[in-house]
Amino acid sequence: MIEGLILPDVEDAEAAMFWVGCAVGELRVQACVACGRRRMPPRTMCPWCGSFEVRWDVMSGRGHVWSVVVPHPPLLPAYGDQAPYNVVIVTLDDDPSIRFVGNVIADGGAALNSLDPHTVHIDDPVEAVFSQVADDVWLPQWRPVM
Amino acid sequence: MIKDRTAIAGIGQTEFAKSLDRSEKRLALEAIKHALDDAGIEPSEVDGLASYTLETTEEAEIARNLGLGDITFFSQVGYGGGAGCGVVGHAAMAVATGQCNVAVAWRSRKRGAAASRPWSQVAARVRGQHQWTRPFGLLRPVDEIAMLARRYFHEFGGSREELASVAIAARHHANRNPGAMMHTKSLTLEQYLEARWICEPLCLYDNCLESDGAGAVVITSTERARDGAKPPVLIHSFAQSIPQQHQVMTNYFGDDPLLGPSWVCAARLWGNADATPNDVQVAQLYDAFSPLVPLSLEGYGFCKRGDGLGFCADGNLELGGLLPTNTSGGGMSEAYVHGFNLIVEAARQIRGESCSQVEGAEVSLVTSGEGVPTSALLFTKDKR
Repeated sequence: MIEGLILPDVEDAEAAMFWVGCAVGELRVQACVACGRRRMPPRTMCPWCGSFEVRWDVMSGRGHVWSVVVPHPPLLPAYGDQAPYNVVIVTLDDDPSIRFVGNVIADGGAALNSLDPHTVHIDDPVEAVFSQVADDVWLPQWRPVM
Repeated sequence: MIKDRTAIAGIGQTEFAKSLDRSEKRLALEAIKHALDDAGIEPSEVDGLASYTLETTEEAEIARNLGLGDITFFSQVGYGGGAGCGVVGHAAMAVATGQCNVAVAWRSRKRGAAASRPWSQVAARVRGQHQWTRPFGLLRPVDEIAMLARRYFHEFGGSREELASVAIAARHHANRNPGAMMHTKSLTLEQYLEARWICEPLCLYDNCLESDGAGAVVITSTERARDGAKPPVLIHSFAQSIPQQHQVMTNYFGDDPLLGPSWVCAARLWGNADATPNDVQVAQLYDAFSPLVPLSLEGYGFCKRGDGLGFCADGNLELGGLLPTNTSGGGMSEAYVHGFNLIVEAARQIRGESCSQVEGAEVSLVTSGEGVPTSALLFTKDKR
């Protein structure tokens, strides 16, 4: 595992159930129990109906690239060592109102630069995979759908 | 409404450079002193202070050093580069409502100061919005804006050659401004296209400068300003905005990520003004990154959605174009002090003192950061 990556605090109450999902291979999206609307990033309260009750919907993990960039140094060392790499925003096929930031990589666990970043384009189909990056952290990532 | 009830009575700034050896406090004090001298107003008359939450120089220290009067109003505005016009606007509202009589707004920044570069502060574990971006190597503000730029090109067309027009126009203005950091440096399309990447599709020249320096303005009632040393610059309209469901810098989680906070800010700004975008003769549009300029042109109503980039590429930001923009060189070629130099320049244009003066400018717009909770000011010439 690479030292020096910026990692989520998986114990943060607002998002903990998302990160638990990643650890068991599920891409979860928070939804309101009362009105059913999904929201990403998660929130403590539903802005549409005022409920504090939440549930976590498991998504299929299929999506399409909405935008893509290729960072170059100066970057933090853990990322600079892998640059240039792609970073994408993915829109979920199950619910196009939900987007995630991630990387298109060869497969779960692969390096950020495991694919030529210039082969990743807007509208490419992708599916979620999960990369373990610490004892307690799995990041949702994306691999190309052929 | 505060329309025309307050005015900028004085402006001041330090020199700008990559590295100055004075402290942020010293730079702030110098800029404020210049602004008070410019206004012909004694420090003891100042009773209001407004600044950015990023500011490291405290109000009480500023007041004790400059010998200000009894302070009866002080406030700070958050969200980094989105704050600038808000800082001046809060001071104007305080003067208009009788909470103080003479206010000073300022920004002092040294690039080495950690508080000025929040993205470089590395915590081992992140919460809140950063947990959705930082682990994936989307680390810097430029990376976040590059996402919007790529999508803009996809939705509306456009090329790097067109985007280059933003940086090149700013450089032309800086070449006329002896105080600009890039005063003696040319920038051609060829240089732009050959520059190193920072985050594709954005290159080095799509980014603002790294600068040390400070700026300040003095805000007082229009009546009081008319007795000052310089002609008043009327604060005709002011607005701030946090749009519904906005998320700071990562607005791409929203329904329509290319509709930034400038749209909501513009509705309030024009709603409180007698002027329309057609009346604006010169603009200072916040330019931490070049894509913010076409996005702001669209948000503030200078062109339709998707036409902002073409508007830039047609030469309209240059002196002689439809809307000369960032006429001191802006954040990309004069200095980057979270947009405060843009406010000073917007006032200069009304006073007829710019190095890239728009002849007879009577309506001057300045905006703060697009992509974050933002603010804007409309300055007009005193017709009395």
